[in-house]
Amino acid sequence: MDLEYGPQYDDFRAEVISFIKENENTKISGPPRSESRIAWQQKLIDNGYFARSIPKEYGGYGGDMDIIKLRIIAEEFAKSPIPKPAGGQGIQMLVPTLLSLGTEEQKQAYIRPTLRGEILWCQGYSEPNSGSDLASLQTKAELDGDEWVINGQKIWTSTAHLSQMCFILVRTEPDAPKHQGISYLLMPMDAEGIDRRPIKQMTGDSDFNELFLTDVRIPAENIVGSRGEGWQVANATLGHERGSLADPNVTQNRLNSLIDLMKNETIDGQRVIDKPIFRDRLLSIQGRLMAQQSNALRILSSQINKEQEANLAKFIVKLQGTELRHELEGLAIDAMGEIGTLYEDSPHLKDNGVWQMNYMYYLGLIIGGGTNQIQKNIISERALGMPKEPKIQGA
Amino acid sequence: MYFGLSEEQKSLEENINRFLADNASLDIIKAVANGEEDKAQSVHQGILDLGLSGLVIPEEYGGLELDMLFATVVAAALGSGTAPVPYAGSYVMAPLAINLAGSDDQKNQWLPKIAGGECVVGVGLSEYVGAREDAGIEFLNGKLSGRSLFLIDGKNADAYLLANKSGELFLVEASAPGIEVIELTTVDKTRSSIELILKNVDADLLSGSDDRSIIEKVLDAGRIMLAADTVGAAQVMLDKSVAYSLERKQFGRLIGSFQAVKHMCAEMAAELEPCHSMIWHAAHCFDNVPEEARLMACQTKAHISEVGQQISKTATEVHGGMGFTDELGLHYWFKRIGLNRQLLGSPELIREEAGRLQGFDQ
Repeated sequence: MDLEYGPQYDDFRAEVISFIKENENTKISGPPRSESRIAWQQKLIDNGYFARSIPKEYGGYGGDMDIIKLRIIAEEFAKSPIPKPAGGQGIQMLVPTLLSLGTEEQKQAYIRPTLRGEILWCQGYSEPNSGSDLASLQTKAELDGDEWVINGQKIWTSTAHLSQMCFILVRTEPDAPKHQGISYLLMPMDAEGIDRRPIKQMTGDSDFNELFLTDVRIPAENIVGSRGEGWQVANATLGHERGSLADPNVTQNRLNSLIDLMKNETIDGQRVIDKPIFRDRLLSIQGRLMAQQSNALRILSSQINKEQEANLAKFIVKLQGTELRHELEGLAIDAMGEIGTLYEDSPHLKDNGVWQMNYMYYLGLIIGGGTNQIQKNIISERALGMPKEPKIQGA
Repeated sequence: MYFGLSEEQKSLEENINRFLADNASLDIIKAVANGEEDKAQSVHQGILDLGLSGLVIPEEYGGLELDMLFATVVAAALGSGTAPVPYAGSYVMAPLAINLAGSDDQKNQWLPKIAGGECVVGVGLSEYVGAREDAGIEFLNGKLSGRSLFLIDGKNADAYLLANKSGELFLVEASAPGIEVIELTTVDKTRSSIELILKNVDADLLSGSDDRSIIEKVLDAGRIMLAADTVGAAQVMLDKSVAYSLERKQFGRLIGSFQAVKHMCAEMAAELEPCHSMIWHAAHCFDNVPEEARLMACQTKAHISEVGQQISKTATEVHGGMGFTDELGLHYWFKRIGLNRQLLGSPELIREEAGRLQGFDQ
C-alpha cells in the first residue's frame, strides 16, 4: 500500500498550480462554442491540461498516458474556481470511440474540432420503445447510392439543440439478430429531415429532446466500424459514460456544503446539525461516501498498476454513486424542511435552489445511463457470474 | 501509488484461509458452538503456529513487527472462517496498548509471552465506550474494583486489559485474588464473552495511558479489526448466496436467473466491494495518516456494521428456508456479524463520536 504519487510528480504538480494561479481569473463568456471557450480549450490543450494523451496530429497534447498526472490535474483544477475543461458526450464518448475504431479520415475530421469545442455532439441511442432494451432499436438506415437514408425516432437526446453532430445507432441489417443488425453513424444535425422537440423535465429544464428523423441523408462514409458492428462500437464507449456519472470526489464537495448548510439552518433557534437524528443521517452518508472514496482509490490504482484487477469495483460506481448523491441532496431538503421545497426564484430560497434541483436531477441519473436496475443485472451477470433472464419466445 | 494488498499480504491471507478450510470446517465450528472447547483450542494452536499472535509486536519482543494492514488481512480471514479463536483483543489491541503505553518492564513481561502464544489477554473497554448495566471500574491505591462487561477474547484468558472511564488502562493477571469470572452467552458461540467482577484486585497501570490518545488508538485498532472480521464474514455470505442460487431450482430454472435474486446479490456486492477497500484504507491511515486515522476508523466500523447487517439478512433470505437452519450453518456468519456490530460501539454510538471528532458540536 502506497498512497504517495512519488517525488517525481512534485515538479509537475507545481507547474499545474502555477498555471492555475496565472489563469484563475479567466472568464468564459457567451454561448457554447463562443470564441472565449474555444480559445480556453486550446490553451488547456497546448499546456497539456486537457486531451493530454490524445495524439498531436488529431489536435491533442500528445503526452504519455500517465494516470497520475491526469489525477494531479483534476485534483488541482477541482480546488480552484478556474474554468474547467469542456465535457459533454462528444469529448467523453465520441472521441475515445473514434480513436480506437474510427477511420483515419474520421479522426482527422472530427477529433480536433470536438476537443476545441467547435463541434458539439449529441447521442442518438434510446428510442421510445427501446430504453433498457437498447439493442431492440428500430430507427433504420438504408444505403441509397453513396448515402445512408435514416428514418425513425430517437429520445432522451441530451443537448440536441446545441449540437452540430449526432452519433447515432441505427438498424442497417434488418434480417440479422438484433445485436448484429446495428450500425454506428455520424449524422450532421443540419441535415434535412431532422425535427427536434425538447422534453421538459421534472426540474423544469429541457436538457433532452426527441428527434424525429424523416429521410435524413448522410454520406455513406459516415459509419464507424463496419455494418452490423454498431453495438460493439457503442459498448466501447458506454463504460466511459458510466464512470463519469457519480465521481465520489464531487460528492465530497457536496457533503462539505451540506455540513455548512446544517450548521447554518436552524429550527426554533437550534442548529439542525445539533439535532441527533439529522446528525446521524449526515454521518451515515459520510460513512458511505468514505467507502466509495476508498473504492475509487482502488480503481485508480488498477489503472496505474495494470496487473491489479478491479472489475467489480468499477461496475458498482454508477449504482452506488447516483443513489448516494440523490440521498445526500434529499437530506439537505429535509434539513431545510418547508424551506427546502422552495424553487425557482422564490423568497427565502437557499443556495439558488440547487439542493432541490440536484435532488431531482440525480433521480434522473439513477434512471439515465442505464437504469440502476440494469446496473444490477450487469453486476450480477458480469461480475458475479449469474445467468441472464431466460428469453421469452418471440421477443 | 499502489492501493491494495501486497503479494506478502495476499499470501498470508491464503495461508490462513487454507489452514481454516483444513482445520476449522463447519463441523468443527458446530462442535465448538455445542461446547466442545478442545476443538477450538486446536484451531487456536494452529493460528499460533502461523505466528499470528506476534504479528504486530515489535521484533525486539519476539514479534513480526508487521503493520495494521497485515492485521486487517488476518481479521478478515478469521471472520470469513468464523474462526473460534482470540484475535482482535488479545493479539492486536492488548499488545498495541502495552507497546504504546507500557514501561520497559511491562513490555518485557508481556509482549514476548503474547508473541510466543503463552498468554491470552482479554480486553475490556466497553465501559469506556459506553457503560451498560452501570458497570465500571475504579482504581485506588494500586487496586481495581468494580465490574467490566463483554471482554473481547476474555474467555480462558491469562490476563485482562481493562479501562476505566477516563481511559486509563490496567493489566490484571487472571490468577490474582479477588476476581470473579462470569461467562456470558452471546448469540455468536464462536467467540464467547465474559464479565469480570473485581474486588481490590492487584492491577498494573500502563503509565502512558493517562494520555487519552492511547486508548483512542487502541480503540481505532479494535474497530478496524472488527470491521475487517465483518467484511470477511459478509463476503462468505455473499459467495454462498451466489453459489446456492446457481444450484437451487424452482419453476424449472435456477433461482439465480430470477432478477429478484440477482438484484439481491448485486446489491450485496455493490455494498460490500467498497468495504474491502475501506478496511485497507483505514488500516493504512492508522499507520501512516494520523490526521485522518480516527475518523476513518470510526466510520469504517460504523459503515461496515450497517453493510454487514444488511448482507447477513439478505444472504439468509436468498437461501430461503435453508438459510434459517442449523444444518446449513449460515447463521454462524449472521451471528458473528451481529456481535461485531455491537462490540466497541454500535454504529449510532460511533457516529456520535465521529461527529464530535469533526467539531460538529462547535
